[in-house]
Amino acid sequence: MLIGVLALQGAFREHQEMLASLGVESRQVRKPEQLEGIDGLIIPGGESTTMGKLLQDYHLFEPIRQMALQGMPVFGTCAGLILLAREITGSSQPRLGLMDITVARNAFGRQVESFEVDLSVPVLGEEPLRAVFIRAPYIVSTGPEVEVLARYGDKIVLARQGRFIGCAFHPELTDDTRLHRLFLEQCGLKKAD
Amino acid sequence: MAEKGTWTVKKGLAEMLKGGVIMDVTTPEQARIAEEAGACAVMALERVPADIRAAGGVARMADPEVILRIMDAVTIPVMAKVRIGHFVEAQILEELGVDYIDESEVLTPADEHHHIDKHKFKVPFVCGARNLGEALRRIAEGAAMIRTKGEPGTGNVVEAVRHMRMMMAEIRRVQNMPREELMALAKEMGAPYELLLQVAEQGRLPVVNFAAGGIATPADAALMMQLGADGIFVGSGIFKSKNPAARARAIVAATTHYNDPKVLAEVSRNLGEAMPGLEIATIAPEQRMQERGW
Repeated sequence: MLIGVLALQGAFREHQEMLASLGVESRQVRKPEQLEGIDGLIIPGGESTTMGKLLQDYHLFEPIRQMALQGMPVFGTCAGLILLAREITGSSQPRLGLMDITVARNAFGRQVESFEVDLSVPVLGEEPLRAVFIRAPYIVSTGPEVEVLARYGDKIVLARQGRFIGCAFHPELTDDTRLHRLFLEQCGLKKAD
Repeated sequence: MAEKGTWTVKKGLAEMLKGGVIMDVTTPEQARIAEEAGACAVMALERVPADIRAAGGVARMADPEVILRIMDAVTIPVMAKVRIGHFVEAQILEELGVDYIDESEVLTPADEHHHIDKHKFKVPFVCGARNLGEALRRIAEGAAMIRTKGEPGTGNVVEAVRHMRMMMAEIRRVQNMPREELMALAKEMGAPYELLLQVAEQGRLPVVNFAAGGIATPADAALMMQLGADGIFVGSGIFKSKNPAARARAIVAATTHYNDPKVLAEVSRNLGEAMPGLEIATIAPEQRMQERGW
């Protein structure tokens, strides 16, 4: 199995390290030809405006959208969640729009409001997930096809729509690999016991 | 219980800036140009380093009004500078809600012996360093991000290269050293032993390491990335050039595609004149900003 990690900007190294710890091969994606042959794509945290600009300038939006519509699983964290959303509150910045959700950017406030917390994620089991929120977005509303996987207070911070997973926090900054494993199962990796 | 201002959260924002370009701006208009060009953050200043150098005198934290207007203008993170050791300027910036504080040699130091105790703050700090020992002292004080000092405001990349090469060479040396020699080296470098041990084990700094000081072209940015920088600060290099918007965009592309000469050749074309450069030897040693910090 080969997972592409969008490497235009942001925390792509951490995602690759997490995949390596699970014995999964990964490839940095900066140009369309690097998408060939991947079984899934991770869009890391970073600045969504920077990534959007580079996705546009280097002609990555269309090929990613096409591959996703033809069945490629996509996992977006933080900025990646923003790029997956159909609507972004108060912004016309470019996006993939693969998930039927509306997100608000920097929705918890500026950096001094960034936080970490133990989050209950029933689909991953009883053990809570340590979730790191950095100038994080959250999901304001979801369409009928979208399954809410976790909330912090009343705010939706993790959701799945078919083979697309979007999360507002940074699992790649912790040692907990459960969310990555959930994604890899979508990509066809057998569930390990 | 949600915990704010933790080490993970402070260091984490720097991780999110990796592979990006942080640009010095002095007005909301410049901040918008930077954001539009793909900057991953901006540094809000009253004057860019080249003008600080030209003006001489004492350079201080910017007027909060300037910083607040820039914070209002963009959605990307906003950083701002305080004088070395000036913890009250830092308290003010934290109160304003800036996203990162640069305890910077570009401003005139306020303390000739001590840097700020950065652990006390919820807002994260970035500090300059010329070598591994200096970087680890700053990290021990609580810096969650490091950058090379270079020689700010010169448009001359040679000092940033020197500092990055020095840091990388020292990391390689530490990695290959028998464990029993580390303590003596820690003493020699003036670096905390525990952090040095961490570098030996991981083969890199415990925090993100950007390049700064004298970067003026897309080629300069890619050079620093190939030498091992995690990302790029551009101070005077953008808004002291003839065509800031085009140059900013080109430096962003060069930082992402730093290993791709085809892209570098393409984005380096037709940028107009770069900022005027300064030969380091023409700057009197006491005027060199990199000598500030202890």
